[in-house]
Amino acid sequence: MTIAQFLVLSAALFSIGIYGVLVRRNAVLVLLSVELMLAAVNINFVAFGRYFADSAAGGQVFALFIITVAAAEVGIGLAIVLLIFRNRASANIDELDVLKW
Amino acid sequence: MVTAALLAGPSILAAGGEAVERSDGGVLAAGAWLIVLVPFIATLAITLFGKRMPRHGAELAVAAVGFVAVYGTILLFATTLGDGIVYEGALKIGEFGSFEIEWAWVVDGLSIMMFFTVGVVSTACFVYAVGYLEGDVRPTAFFASFTLFAGAMLMLVSAANLIQLLIGWELVGVSSYLLIGHYWEQKENSSAGMKAFIVNKIADIGLMIGIIIAAITVGSFTISTIMERVVESDAALDDVAVVIAVLLFIGAMGKSAQFPFHVWLPDAMAGPTPVSALMHAATMVTAGVYLTARMFPLFEEMAHEALDLVLIIGAITLVIAGLLAIVQNDIKRVLAYSTLSQLGYMVAALGAGAYTAGLFHLFTHAFFKSLLFLGAGSVIHAVHSNNMTDMGGLRKDMPRTFWTFIIGSLALAGIPLFAGFFSKDEILAAFNEGGHPIVFWLGVGTAFITALYMTRAVSLTFFGKYKGHGHPHESPAIMTVPMMGLAVGALLFGFLNVPGITDFFYELVITRGVSAELLGEHATSFDFFALFAGLTAGLLGIALGYRLYYEDAATQEERDRLFIPVLWPVLENKYYIDDLYMNGIVNPIKGPVARFINWTNSYIIDFVVNIVGAFTRGLGRFVYSGLDQRGIDLAINEAGAGTGYLGSKLRYIQTGKVQQYAVALFGGALVLVVGFWISIT
Repeated sequence: MTIAQFLVLSAALFSIGIYGVLVRRNAVLVLLSVELMLAAVNINFVAFGRYFADSAAGGQVFALFIITVAAAEVGIGLAIVLLIFRNRASANIDELDVLKW
Repeated sequence: MVTAALLAGPSILAAGGEAVERSDGGVLAAGAWLIVLVPFIATLAITLFGKRMPRHGAELAVAAVGFVAVYGTILLFATTLGDGIVYEGALKIGEFGSFEIEWAWVVDGLSIMMFFTVGVVSTACFVYAVGYLEGDVRPTAFFASFTLFAGAMLMLVSAANLIQLLIGWELVGVSSYLLIGHYWEQKENSSAGMKAFIVNKIADIGLMIGIIIAAITVGSFTISTIMERVVESDAALDDVAVVIAVLLFIGAMGKSAQFPFHVWLPDAMAGPTPVSALMHAATMVTAGVYLTARMFPLFEEMAHEALDLVLIIGAITLVIAGLLAIVQNDIKRVLAYSTLSQLGYMVAALGAGAYTAGLFHLFTHAFFKSLLFLGAGSVIHAVHSNNMTDMGGLRKDMPRTFWTFIIGSLALAGIPLFAGFFSKDEILAAFNEGGHPIVFWLGVGTAFITALYMTRAVSLTFFGKYKGHGHPHESPAIMTVPMMGLAVGALLFGFLNVPGITDFFYELVITRGVSAELLGEHATSFDFFALFAGLTAGLLGIALGYRLYYEDAATQEERDRLFIPVLWPVLENKYYIDDLYMNGIVNPIKGPVARFINWTNSYIIDFVVNIVGAFTRGLGRFVYSGLDQRGIDLAINEAGAGTGYLGSKLRYIQTGKVQQYAVALFGGALVLVVGFWISIT
């Protein structure tokens, strides 16, 4: 297996994530897409860690950190989405424009 | 930090051809700056805390001058029992360019003599003042100024350089102004203070210019440096020595109240009596004599013409003031004119080259004249009047005051064995031997006058019948004890310098950084001609005074007129000198000169000022409306408005839609990636 295969997989996953973030209107799906992007970054970390024979296993450690942070982030994100939904009966991100101007 | 600069100790100095070993006085002399500092600190402490103290700060004042008296006495013994202290210390304060500012003090025979005199007489006067000022309106202010007065005098006599001397000199002037005008509620008193201050200031101009010329010529303000140049016969100094000496002496004339600057002293009686006692004895008026004595080698070696002026001024003062004392009815004024006259003796003695005699008279006079003033104060305290026509017969009611006053009077009249006898005799001998017959006979004549007016004062005050109101009582012990102490001085201090027998005082005052040859000789035997002339004059004066005034003196004014029919009106009006100054100087300045200056001010200076003002106002208006409002403010306002407009347009890109922001974010990232890509390939 070459490094390129992992990088291609990671890039594809990241692009799918970006696509999801930009076009999905449901806030839950946007959060899911963000998770996809984080997964792509994790793949990169692990692949590079392995490829460069990192003796401190920095790549793996960072991946574990990102997983932890992502879990926390999605917990908060989902809680916010839930509250927004309770308030407005909708999780549609297009309608959330109270921060404009 | 104390950086003690030793000038001449221990060193070898030639005195009369013999080599003399001098000591530097050790820690005693090095710490002599305390003598100056302690009164100043006491002044500050009295000002700050005096009102809250049980005796209104008097305890601090007495403690401070008591310290000076003790220190001065210790120094006196140290210098006399040892080899004689000659020391110059300096406390560096800062630098001003190449000029070092330092507080330098000189400890030698002359300054020790002054420390002792000022300390002891001040202590007597301060203790006395505690009793005298009982129930005064503002005792704290009085004691603060009084302590400052003593401190300023000590600053003056300890000064090793002329600038410091000038500082002390002016502080003496300021504090005397405060003290003379102590009872300023009455217009005459504050006017008297102002008169003293202004007359002194006029004379001080001479002193200041003299100091500046001396400093420029020598390149230093330090007195010992100037004296070195005198000893070396420096040509540059020799050229201007007479000018410097005359200018310095003009300053001395002001402080020592010599004719024609004598007018302030009698009016200075307006202050409380302890002030008069101190001012007329140990401080202030002796400052001029001290300055002349301190600079004496300059006068003696380089400025003999100035010395002649000193002699003439002294001779004039001693006669005219003595005559004025006869016709005064105010007891303090009698003593004031007497002081003037005795100062004339001292100054004339210095003028005749008799350094020791002049200083010795200063020394003895300090004790008996302060004693007389304190006695007069005691009488005034009892009678509540300054006027001798309200007194009389007080010898039974006030025995202590009477006896001490008698001792002071006998000393002043020059009766043998009292202090004034020896000092006055030495001065008369100096006139006689110095070849000044006119001054000698003037001195003898004034000795007669002195005895006459003192007999008159004693007779009118203590003999005859009491003519005042109420029943006078002896003053409390706090006032009489200092008088007794001073009476001891008036009795005994004459023996410190008896020609041919003791030379204690001579040895003391020639203990200086310059050789004794420059300071004049000490008489080794009595000049019997001068002695008998002076003594006869004194006894005749007493006899005449007794004859004229001993009986009930109700008609003494008529007797005065009878006695001197022509001179009386002239004397009564003080030779019209005050009128001359008033009409010749003060009123013209107040009248035409002031009016002219006022006219110049209103029509010339104000005109120019108004034009400048109008122009400036126009300029200001133009700058405000033209440059400021239409230029700077406009630019600032427009810049603000433009930014606001731009903001109002740009705010619409804030849509609030998260995904649009995300597009911008990822678009930006893409641009960066593409940019990096291009730059590395």
